[in-house]
Amino acid sequence: MTWVWSNLDFIWDRTLDHLLVSVPPIILSFLIAVPLGWLAHRYRVSRGIILTVVGLFYAVPSLPLFIVLPFIVGTSVRSPLNLIIALTLYGVALLVRVVADGLESVDREVRQSATAVGFSARSQFWQVELPLAGPVLLAGLRVVAVSTVSLATVGAVIGAQSLGSLFTDGFQRGIQSEIMAGIVATVALALILDGILVLLGRMIMPWTRPQAAVVRRAAELKRVAA
Amino acid sequence: MIEFRSVTKRFADGTVAVDNFNLVLPSRKTTVLVGTSGSGKTTLLRMINRMVDPTSGTVEIDGADIGTLEPVKLRRGIGYVMQNSGLLPHRKVIDNVATVPMLRGLTRKKAREDALLLLDTVGLDRSLADRYPSQLSGGQQQRVGVARGLAVNPNILLMDEPFGAVDPIVRAELQQELLRLQRELDKTVVFVTHDIDEAFLLGDQVAILRTGGKIAQVGTPAEILANPADEFVATFVGAERGKRSLHLENHGHGDVLVDGDGRLAGVLVGAPTTQDKAGPASGPGASAPGVEPR
Amino acid sequence: MNFFLDALNWLVDPANHVGDGAIGIRVVQHLGFTAVTLVFASVIAIPIGFLIGHTGRGRGLAVAVSGALRAIPTLGLLTIVALWVGIGLDAPYVALTVLAIPPILAGAYTGFQAIDRTTVDAARAVGMSERQIVRLVEMPLGLPLLIGGLRSATLQIVATATLAAYVADFGLGRFLFTGLKTRDYGEMLGGSILVILLALALEGAFALVRILVVPRGVTAGRPTDIRVRSKGLTR
Repeated sequence: MTWVWSNLDFIWDRTLDHLLVSVPPIILSFLIAVPLGWLAHRYRVSRGIILTVVGLFYAVPSLPLFIVLPFIVGTSVRSPLNLIIALTLYGVALLVRVVADGLESVDREVRQSATAVGFSARSQFWQVELPLAGPVLLAGLRVVAVSTVSLATVGAVIGAQSLGSLFTDGFQRGIQSEIMAGIVATVALALILDGILVLLGRMIMPWTRPQAAVVRRAAELKRVAA
Repeated sequence: MIEFRSVTKRFADGTVAVDNFNLVLPSRKTTVLVGTSGSGKTTLLRMINRMVDPTSGTVEIDGADIGTLEPVKLRRGIGYVMQNSGLLPHRKVIDNVATVPMLRGLTRKKAREDALLLLDTVGLDRSLADRYPSQLSGGQQQRVGVARGLAVNPNILLMDEPFGAVDPIVRAELQQELLRLQRELDKTVVFVTHDIDEAFLLGDQVAILRTGGKIAQVGTPAEILANPADEFVATFVGAERGKRSLHLENHGHGDVLVDGDGRLAGVLVGAPTTQDKAGPASGPGASAPGVEPR
Repeated sequence: MNFFLDALNWLVDPANHVGDGAIGIRVVQHLGFTAVTLVFASVIAIPIGFLIGHTGRGRGLAVAVSGALRAIPTLGLLTIVALWVGIGLDAPYVALTVLAIPPILAGAYTGFQAIDRTTVDAARAVGMSERQIVRLVEMPLGLPLLIGGLRSATLQIVATATLAAYVADFGLGRFLFTGLKTRDYGEMLGGSILVILLALALEGAFALVRILVVPRGVTAGRPTDIRVRSKGLTR
């Protein structure tokens, strides 16, 4: 523990590094995944192609990607930009599928009645389908947030600074408490970002507040009991 | 013979599904338990094969308390047909029918041979034997469900709203099919439904249940229709209104039967002897002998 | 593109195909390690998952434990275990088994839970014992999601096994770290490409397995991809 108290500054700096490489990918992947997911949801041909590509991409291990990517996009291996791009790609790979499934999950009847009352295709997407797919998107985004924070630590082995640096540094110097501090800080950061997303979700989608879920659940229980 | 003796079922959450229930279900007859949701009818049915055990009281089959029997063995001797067929989606029709006989130790070959015969019995073409349940219509699936229920040649057949999820035309077909089967096979059938018309059509004995598993009235359809025990039963069977309360009206050219809503229901053929709404020897429901349906 | 030519040259250079550190040997090491870890994790996770799925009990606990395990960064787990048990293969085995458990567990119990309750109810009503219900109904019908879980776990292991070369001299990851240290672009790129190809090949193999073993008659209308629901990107 003494290591932690005497190195609070170091931990804080690595936390900031970590935020720098993990927050932009979370936001970017969402912005990129929505149109791609819509495309996958809208047309059968694009669905097959897009979902196959992101599915394969998802299978690519992170460390080799961190190494290969700079040679393709021209960044340096250690640069935060390299990590940001790679993590964004993973986020997109995961979210596109979620967006497509989320849009798919919107009740057919709701969609048809929206068309029937006169929504244009565009306004229907923004005002009906996207909001109704919201809870699914939020769930996906939360997964992306937690995994991105966790994944960002891998960058430390190729020299990109983050909370992962506490692992490499701790391992090489044999300081267990440094590694433990890194694990705790990473998990805490993931939980905080997750909590922020939950709060944002409640603000943007007030109809999904727990209250509604409680009522629904009660109704469900009653039905089961009957 | 199946007998419920002072059977009570209280669920863990305190709900009383069945309260001090007594009923004798005669052998080789069809007994229909009919009631709205919450009347405990399915709970009662499931007590007969120990899917549910009573909190107190006993259920007897031919005088033996089934509480002393091993549930799995008991169930293998009783046919069970449920609403959504409950077929195994990963097994072909023929294997679904052969499942229980094979569990009882029959060889696969023999069980499949028997299963083919059963498909004939329930009126399914043998060409459907190699299909998967998802490739059948709802009505066909229910027929397979009945065939599976009959596969071990049980004395007792339990049917839990088996025709509840199919469309009215197919339902009517399946009901007739069941009546035919029952004439041929002579099983003790226990049938659960919320549809009073179905109950009167199929039941030799009908038990009308009210909320909490209490019997409102037991009797033959004719007894119940002619003499409802109370207001609840009268309302439930619709004796006071609608197409059950027929009366004669003279239209100048002769007498016609008119229902409670004033719609023409048919004519009375043969010699009308009494003014009884539904003759004492009448068949089930509104289709009293001599009354032509519209 | 010169770097990629270097990588190609490194891949075909006969010097890299002899001795203890030959490419072929490392590939086999990597695959063998993946297989053994997958078996370890399966032996632990599948029975527990089946039990949870069949009884419906302990699901909350499983979700909580899986979630917590998933939030732990793999590199952190690898390095701390390496400090505890010493440098060598033990640390990766322990760390990776732990990491592979959540997706397999989730695949096993969600597979059971996704089965229509009336199907299970009917199986019980016609006289199947609990054992027979598990063996004849729940296991075949839950298979698609279980395979999804095994696939997630496998990809996770392959990826983290690469990382494990940081704490042990082993597998394809070694090429990456050696290349990084010596600034040998051919070696680190070549090694990376090998790992990526290996992962994609396994992904393809799993897609094939699923087509082969999933019972016909259940392929329509069932969710078969649990990755989104059950796991993140931790690798």
